[in-house]
Amino acid sequence: MIRFIISKLGLLIPTFIGVTLIAFAFIRVLPGDPIELLAGERGVSPERHAELMALFGFDKPMWEQYIIFLGNILQGDLGQSFITKQPVLDEFLTRFPATVELALCAIIFATLIGLPAGIIAAVKRGSAFDHSLMGVSLAGYSMPIFWWGLLLIILFSSPDMLGWTPVSGRMSAMFWVEPTTGFMLIDTLFFSEEEGAFGSAIHHLILPTIVLGTIPMAVIARQTRSAMLEVLGEDYVRTARAKGLPVGRVIGLHALRNALITVVTVIGLQVGVLLAGAILTESIFSWPGIGKWMVDAIFRRDYFAVQGGLIMVAGIVMIVNLVVDFLYGLINPRILHTR
Amino acid sequence: MSELQAEVQNSTQQISPLRQQLKEFWFYFSENKGAVVGLFFFLFIVLVAILADVISPHAPIEQYREFILIPPAWQEGGNWSFILGTDAVGRDMLSRLIHGSRYSLYTGCIVIAVTLTIGVSLGLSAGFFRGWWEVILMRIMDIILAVPSLLMALVLVAVLGPGLENAMIAISVTYLPHYVRLSRASAVAENARDYVTASRVAGAGKLRLMFITILPNCMAPLIVQATLSFSSAILDAAALGFLGMGAQPPTPEWGTMLAEAREFITSAWWVVTFPGLAILLTVLAINLMGDGLRDALDPKMKRS
Amino acid sequence: MSLLDIKNLSVEFQTAHGMFRAVDGVNFNVDKGQILSIVGESGSGKSVSMLALMGLLPWTAKVTADVMTFDGIDLLSISKKERRKIIGKDISMIFQEPMTSLNPCFTVGYQIMEVMKEHLGGTKKELEKRAVELLGMVGIPAPESRLKAYPHQMSGGMNQRVMIAMMIACKPRLLIADEPTTALDVTIQAQILELLVELQKKQDMALVLITHDMGVVAETAERVVVQYAGQQVEKQEVKGLFNHPGHPYTHALLNALPERATDKHLPSIPGVVPGQLDRPKGCLFSPRCEFATDLCHATPPTTTNGVLCHYPLQDGVPTGHPGGQQSKVAGGNG
Repeated sequence: MIRFIISKLGLLIPTFIGVTLIAFAFIRVLPGDPIELLAGERGVSPERHAELMALFGFDKPMWEQYIIFLGNILQGDLGQSFITKQPVLDEFLTRFPATVELALCAIIFATLIGLPAGIIAAVKRGSAFDHSLMGVSLAGYSMPIFWWGLLLIILFSSPDMLGWTPVSGRMSAMFWVEPTTGFMLIDTLFFSEEEGAFGSAIHHLILPTIVLGTIPMAVIARQTRSAMLEVLGEDYVRTARAKGLPVGRVIGLHALRNALITVVTVIGLQVGVLLAGAILTESIFSWPGIGKWMVDAIFRRDYFAVQGGLIMVAGIVMIVNLVVDFLYGLINPRILHTR
Repeated sequence: MSELQAEVQNSTQQISPLRQQLKEFWFYFSENKGAVVGLFFFLFIVLVAILADVISPHAPIEQYREFILIPPAWQEGGNWSFILGTDAVGRDMLSRLIHGSRYSLYTGCIVIAVTLTIGVSLGLSAGFFRGWWEVILMRIMDIILAVPSLLMALVLVAVLGPGLENAMIAISVTYLPHYVRLSRASAVAENARDYVTASRVAGAGKLRLMFITILPNCMAPLIVQATLSFSSAILDAAALGFLGMGAQPPTPEWGTMLAEAREFITSAWWVVTFPGLAILLTVLAINLMGDGLRDALDPKMKRS
Repeated sequence: MSLLDIKNLSVEFQTAHGMFRAVDGVNFNVDKGQILSIVGESGSGKSVSMLALMGLLPWTAKVTADVMTFDGIDLLSISKKERRKIIGKDISMIFQEPMTSLNPCFTVGYQIMEVMKEHLGGTKKELEKRAVELLGMVGIPAPESRLKAYPHQMSGGMNQRVMIAMMIACKPRLLIADEPTTALDVTIQAQILELLVELQKKQDMALVLITHDMGVVAETAERVVVQYAGQQVEKQEVKGLFNHPGHPYTHALLNALPERATDKHLPSIPGVVPGQLDRPKGCLFSPRCEFATDLCHATPPTTTNGVLCHYPLQDGVPTGHPGGQQSKVAGGNG
């Protein structure tokens, strides 16, 4: 098990260095001189230009620039946003909890519905439920979620239709909640005196959660179904039945425990999908997370922010994948107990 | 021997192996009703795209200034010359949707062609030559996979500049790792088989071994992956268009149309609903087809 | 009264080409403490009939029988829940593939204790003690340390011992062993068989041994049922079967034993068991039978004296056969 983790970690380091290389190259391959690019249409005087070149180290040889860049990253310095003049890492970290909150809600939503649905479909294979679930999940998998979000806004938020849920943001403007943990649900529940703020936070979460959770839900349902179908045909399930165990125990313990090995991996792999989906979902619902921040940064040509964001997001995806691998090893005795 | 068996043997003797294969393929494919529906809908879209100039009632960028935000014909205030209504500058929705199918199919085709050729060549070479080349190549693929695909595509488009062509390049790059991994794995597995050794002993060259001996035997998963990326390419191109980084207005690309329609979501539902529905149905049809293909091509899934 | 009584058991499967009859009119009974062996080639429906008895067939299977009783309990009419109280406790079954028949996610100890907990109850300590005892009984060295082992950490033979321990944990009165040694090494096979017979004697349970190995039958069984293509072609005492086989199929099977070979070449039975689409009209064995006549090809035979044949053998010679004493030619002359 330990060797398994170390080998995975060993693969991670070169990958991370590769990501920093891409991020490093990103600013340098943009057409035009980096300083002019950063300055935008205003332009800069030649003196200021030279000064800035020296300040950002663009006048040094490439390899030296990269060494400095890598050193800075390892010290937690991702540079400064060109627009807000704030450290990129700070900007990232203040927005990160919003995305985590949304992504967690989405994955919980997706698992709570997708997992049982997949199990039932597998057990009742060929039934009407099975067929309709497969149809619905394929539609969910094919969903352009940016449109799905707009459609739900029309249905649930538009005052002409149902008018149930708010359209944008994390919180009604009526409330001011000081960020303590950055997680709105926790902050409003434990650290805020404002009445009704928690309800407002939940209210704001509903639609983004559904939109972001749709594709993972479809994937989880389909994968759970096929994993369960495979496992239900295994000899050990027949053995469990031959022991005279109740149906719930045969399916819920003997079969599910084995199916979960694949399903956990599938859920873990959805993290990348979620972060990609967060870019769209956050844009639609004006959710102040890193997805919207990155898109805004690209549009504002805040290239240091894009660069830093890229490194952070890739780092997070890699760490999550490592955790998933670890979990996979934990729930799969064949790996856990291999010496 | 029973009559039935004799009959089966007779029929196999009469038709060529390729036709036999196709026949068997169609037998398994047509067992999946959804796949057949998907196939016919997809053919319908292809037809619409080919005949777009002939069948669309108006030019897709023609602005009828006196007919702005006209609702679909069956609604009050609708006009039968604009069956699905008009958008904010008076362009006919139906004509724009019809022409939009071209961009989506074009994107899907180019992305598949690029990723399939480059990805398979890289993957086969990695699985065939092994050593440093494989290690470096696979690490590069890991790097691409570490960044969520849409973010990677966004950053690439930021470098290349917005536009449909650049969006296609960016999407192709993000899909590359799947093909490289898949074909490398197949190449490694097949390389150890006896028939490859036999071919090598018979003096086949490296290129011949890679592309003529090994490749046909690992096509099935690649075809399935290609169908999947066809639909995701359409989705991602639309998403980039929606974010303003894909096709630029006034191109009637479905995602770009949605981006333009965003501000009217409460006032004019049709400008939002139809482009998205077009994306959903096209992608769904292709995915249905992909399911059928997988069932028909993957012997492991057969009869289970 | 017999412990297990089965009369006219049939199992049909729903397939893409209609119903397929995998088991067709099987009759037998097992007495307390007796060993019955069911013999036949692959596809002869021997496992299916036992799985039907256990209620372990998929929902596409349709099971019918005139009588199917265990210890006087009608297994056809009781509810699934009541059947589960018997399965695993009074009737239990061990399977062919020990490596895949144990759940890879749970320890050996857990899987043994689970079945006892379900049927007998008891505290964790008692269960653990009994599990160690059982593992010792089936000949696993250092049973205490094996409780925490996972199936993939042990060999196939060891896993089959675990499987046996698990299935005798509740002291069943009937144990069904479905080709328990087929997947194992030849050296292990004899050990496992010996263990089964020893346990059968010690615990006084009845044993149904499904096998395709006539050698195994000769060593262990008291009574034998021979199945072919889902039908029961012969039922006899083991001694009678080996000395005076009544059905040409049994005869051919016995001739295929290396110990009985008289010639330089080992005789074999030409052809294969008929499948769903090539079932003969008359006797199912007729395409492969050396004594088959037009009557055999046209009309299904009936059972006389436990043998399903138009011309049952007597001392290796078909009785009433039109070809007379010397006939060995397929098809005959009539």
